[in-house]
Amino acid sequence: MIRICYFARLAEELGCREEELDSGFDTVRDLVEMLKQRGEPWQSTLSDGKLMVALNHTMGSLDSQPADGDEIAFFPPVTGG
Amino acid sequence: MPGSVRIQHEDFDIGAEIRHFQQSRTEIGAVATFTGLVRDLNLSDKVSSMTLEHYPGMTEKSLQEILEQAIERWQLIDAMVIHRVGKLLPGDQIVFVTTASAHRGDAFSACEFIMDYLKTQAPFWKKEETASGSRWVDARETDSDAAERWK
Repeated sequence: MIRICYFARLAEELGCREEELDSGFDTVRDLVEMLKQRGEPWQSTLSDGKLMVALNHTMGSLDSQPADGDEIAFFPPVTGG
Repeated sequence: MPGSVRIQHEDFDIGAEIRHFQQSRTEIGAVATFTGLVRDLNLSDKVSSMTLEHYPGMTEKSLQEILEQAIERWQLIDAMVIHRVGKLLPGDQIVFVTTASAHRGDAFSACEFIMDYLKTQAPFWKKEETASGSRWVDARETDSDAAERWK
């Protein structure tokens, strides 16, 4: 299993803060493509070119390779400080 | 390991924080600090309040990593970040960074570096409440440029 978390604008648009899915994605890109196939709002929200990704609390990219037990987070560009 | 991070809802007293930070460490010759506040105006709209969301766990980890980079790059004696989350009002303190070194140059530069990296790397998101409703604050290009110059 992998845990997937969504934050801020993404969580609001998707109406989802976290979920668990069976692992088996070669890359985060594959995972995103699968999520987009759910249709709207997933399709357009996850198509944002500025989407940021973290794996186990460390910044990653669409090329990152998730492993079983990982926590993968999607969020918009950060705006703290 | 020097460098400490605090994420909290409560306000903080910068005088007390600085005193505690430098207490009985006579090798410190310079302490620089930065305090960030909530403004009442953004994009020409009056902001009535702001809510800060973050990613518990990753926030602490990313800030700790930023402090460690700063400590190594400028030979800091210590560094600290306090960042508030939850609902804040105009004039409220949001963030506090302090750095300590033997001489001022390192403390000044490291303090600025920490803020520039925090702005682009630490998972916080601001949502502003205005008279016309609430909106997520967009990331600014100038913040990315500010972080880039340290590379």
